[in-house]
Amino acid sequence: MAISQMVGASIKRREDPRLVTGTGSYVDDIPQTAVVHMHVIRSSEAHARILGIETGRAKEADGVIAILTGKDLKPEFGAPLPVTVCFVPDKKYPNHYPIAIDKVHYVGEPVAIVLATSRAAAEDAGERIEVKYQSLPAVLDIEKAIEKGAPILHEELGSNLSYDVKFAAGDMDAALKEADVTIKQRLIQQRLIPIAIEPRGVLADFKTFSNKLTVWSSTQIPHFVKVWLAVILGIPESNVRVVAPEVGGGFGSKIRVYPEEILTALASRRLGRPVKWIEDRNENVKATHHGRDQIWDVEIAAKKDGTVLGIRPTQWLNLGGYCSQFGTFQVLGMLVAQGAYKMKAFDGRAVGVFTNTTPTDAYRGAGRPEATYLIERVMDLVARETGIDPVEVRRKNFVRVEDQPFTTLLGLTYDSGDYTTTLNKALEMVDYKALRREQAEKRKQGKYLGIGLSTYIEICGLGPAAATQAAVGVSLWGMSVVNVHFTGKATVIIGSSPHGQGHETTYAQVASDVLGIPVEDIDVQHGDTAIGPMGMDTYGSRSTALDGNAVHVSATKVQEKARKIAAHLLEAAEGDVVYENGKAFVKGTPSKAVTIQEIAVAAFQTSRLPKGMEGGLEATTFFDPTNFVWPFGAHICVVEIDAETGATRILRYVAVDDCGTRINPMVVDGQLHGGIAQGIGQALFEEAVYDEAGQLRTGSLVDYLVPTASDLPSFELAATITPSPVNPLGTKGIGEAGTIASTPAVMNAIVDALEPFGVKDVSMPATPQKVWALMHRNGGTKR
Amino acid sequence: MIPAAFDYVVPRTLPEAVAELVKHGQEAKVLAGGHSLIPLMKLRLSTPSFLVDIGRIGNLSYIREEDGHVAIGALTSHHDIEFSELLKNKLPLLTSAASQIGDPQVRNRGTIGGAAAHADPFGDFPACLLALDAEFKAVGPRGERSIAARDFFVDTFTSSLEPNEILREIRIPTPPPGSRGTYLKFSRRSQDWAIVAVAAQVRVTGHEVTQVAVGLTGMGSHPIRASGVEQALRGKAGHDDELRGAAERATDGTDPPQDLNGSPDYRRHLARVLTRRALEQVTAHH
Repeated sequence: MAISQMVGASIKRREDPRLVTGTGSYVDDIPQTAVVHMHVIRSSEAHARILGIETGRAKEADGVIAILTGKDLKPEFGAPLPVTVCFVPDKKYPNHYPIAIDKVHYVGEPVAIVLATSRAAAEDAGERIEVKYQSLPAVLDIEKAIEKGAPILHEELGSNLSYDVKFAAGDMDAALKEADVTIKQRLIQQRLIPIAIEPRGVLADFKTFSNKLTVWSSTQIPHFVKVWLAVILGIPESNVRVVAPEVGGGFGSKIRVYPEEILTALASRRLGRPVKWIEDRNENVKATHHGRDQIWDVEIAAKKDGTVLGIRPTQWLNLGGYCSQFGTFQVLGMLVAQGAYKMKAFDGRAVGVFTNTTPTDAYRGAGRPEATYLIERVMDLVARETGIDPVEVRRKNFVRVEDQPFTTLLGLTYDSGDYTTTLNKALEMVDYKALRREQAEKRKQGKYLGIGLSTYIEICGLGPAAATQAAVGVSLWGMSVVNVHFTGKATVIIGSSPHGQGHETTYAQVASDVLGIPVEDIDVQHGDTAIGPMGMDTYGSRSTALDGNAVHVSATKVQEKARKIAAHLLEAAEGDVVYENGKAFVKGTPSKAVTIQEIAVAAFQTSRLPKGMEGGLEATTFFDPTNFVWPFGAHICVVEIDAETGATRILRYVAVDDCGTRINPMVVDGQLHGGIAQGIGQALFEEAVYDEAGQLRTGSLVDYLVPTASDLPSFELAATITPSPVNPLGTKGIGEAGTIASTPAVMNAIVDALEPFGVKDVSMPATPQKVWALMHRNGGTKR
Repeated sequence: MIPAAFDYVVPRTLPEAVAELVKHGQEAKVLAGGHSLIPLMKLRLSTPSFLVDIGRIGNLSYIREEDGHVAIGALTSHHDIEFSELLKNKLPLLTSAASQIGDPQVRNRGTIGGAAAHADPFGDFPACLLALDAEFKAVGPRGERSIAARDFFVDTFTSSLEPNEILREIRIPTPPPGSRGTYLKFSRRSQDWAIVAVAAQVRVTGHEVTQVAVGLTGMGSHPIRASGVEQALRGKAGHDDELRGAAERATDGTDPPQDLNGSPDYRRHLARVLTRRALEQVTAHH
């Protein structure tokens, strides 16, 4: 085994020089000649029948090549867009085609495409298209959608209810009977818009005579897109190649097979020319899926000493106009809502509803932010009701180290975790006792300091294959190919598809340690279905736990073969040869070594290999772990609220996170910074708002408020390291932890600050106006 | 998000620019820094068929003191205002406001003339210019005329400039010694438009508030002078209770809008709070 040098090293990301100098190549930068530009005409109505689409005047416009509607394209759809099981196998959902055929169900749904010689010409022509709608009453609200007499989106389903399922274990009624304290609370997860810095974009190039299709797409899931393009277009999968070039962020919003991927490909097949569509921000806010939009109602049973006996949560999920590919993945929130705590009963119910809004799907955290918000608010609600410090309530209910591996009421088993240690470390960093004293002092002066905790756990690293096949409907594993070239340099091909995560850097670090080849001599390739056997792509903080470990396993296989070749070259017994730092030698005589370069040469000069050994120095791995991984940590947020304006200022943000082994701590910190910022965004700033007619009122970045660096505090980060026992590197995920943890930390802090006003909950986002109104609703402070 | 087709001309002198406006009438729009017009065009909310880009007309970017006035060229960028030593000394209200507009990119491109002519009720400079009794020098086909600030801001996105007039210069009477000014802006994020903002310019002589002017942003369809506050405070010593009492009158005659960030009631409350804070700031240590 090589000495571990690179794993744990904060080397600079090798992706960054090209990205920060503008020389990265995104979809819109892919050179192609004779490109046709696609502009999508989108529904201006939330709910309407399409009576007709008048395209005559538009077809005459300059530069127009073709205009196609849903009716034109319907015969070419071999299948509707995919929908996965995602915890709810028996849900009802409609067939969803990439373009509306006779009815529209949300503002932004495609109704026609204009193909022209330039995007400008396509947009100009688009203004001449007249879509005649028969408006239907729109329903936007979850609860109203399932009231009797509500307008029904998909008549064939009979109602707007997709599913109503239970996730229960233990006796909640008994818990309520035993309880000294019962609390009921409604918690709102507002609708969020993911806002990747690069909107989506697709370039499709169909070659008529070879029947081959290449698609460049700003996607998190090139391998999934390849399969579904083949199925929907009826092209052999072997003839379809999908490339995810530089992808400027995803946050879950690029985890679907999207209509525009199908539409550009179909258009290219019709025209025999490459077809490009680049989403603008105006489209992005309504055509790319939204996140969250859930109501959680919870009933809590607790004892007066702070022990939580059980919870009864109901998750009301707004699916939007259709069921998106992973639309019900958010039900995962129900499965992990027990958090870092022991309890006796869990009585969950999940309900999914269609409304005339942009479909919702995964958004950074996907289910875990909702679960964490629920359980971390529950801990604070119990603290408030019992008068016990929120820290003590958490300690009282924590799963302890000696309980690990801990199995939850719903049957999930945590891989490892020491929740007390991360909490203690965070408390020490903020000097919790001093803070509480300061809070008391300041209240006397009419200043409102709040301290919020979030001692989260989360599930990520999706596989294992059997568990994900059962729960999600897809077998998830990690894939890698490690190939050492003639000159001893290596190529690593991975099945994950990074879009900001830094895999080119971190996976090279992993392979470098095993093979002793310098990082700069290892190229990591990804996001191209033509270069590896298959991949399960990047989402759910899964990549390092799966593909990163697959790299480790492949590199280890290569190392083993290298050692065998070396033994042959050294004329030594295999068992006597060791491999260290890129050299193989007989134990005890490192001066007489063969290097990886010499071994690689021999691997291709096959006559020099041991008898019966095939040439090449390469290995492929499909890595299937034994369990999910469960990162955890303790975040503490300190806020001060301006009593006169209701404005919240974050004074300190402390995060202690445990994601197991950190391959590159700087990359981990970067993921945490972005994640925490996004979680704070939900707490303080972001909310998608529709008007009564289903028009998006927050349709630009002027109205949909994404926080910038100047709106955020400096984050104070620290780590504990509890290696995961379920994979060889001991890694867990970190892509979503910051978002999962931070929202409840901020909101708990705000509710804590408002305690003197009798405020027990604040809905998100905690806008200054809302907070001000809460502070003054009963004429000021209670005490 | 591609603008509708338009023609574009880059005149080198003001008379040339005015001639282009006269020639193209209502179809033409003046382009300065482009930070308001271009986004509207990209959304096709504004579809002028002709743009007159005044950005390369010489001698329209300057800040100088002359004849008891500070003169600011219409093409002076927010950035240049933010970092002007002259303004820092004589008109800190303007440097304070400039530093709170948008982000550095916006401040590098945006111009004070463009911001004034655009007459956005949520823009930052209009309330300041109103409080400072600025004079607007506009050039049109019949020569130059001068418009007082109280006549300049008419309505939402409407100034009293004629379609064929171009703003050349903004002149502000140099405040006498002992004057202080500040701009307090309340917004959700640092780069946002104000929900409410207050421009306060005060002179304290001895123990008396001898001059006071307060301009409000976000409290109506155009910037508003809080004359009730001014009346209440003029001639007073500037004690805390006087400031509080004066600030209570910030909402006199206002008709604040309703939007996602604030109700009229909340805006009225903010106007009073921010006015008091601004007055406290500019009268402190006297």
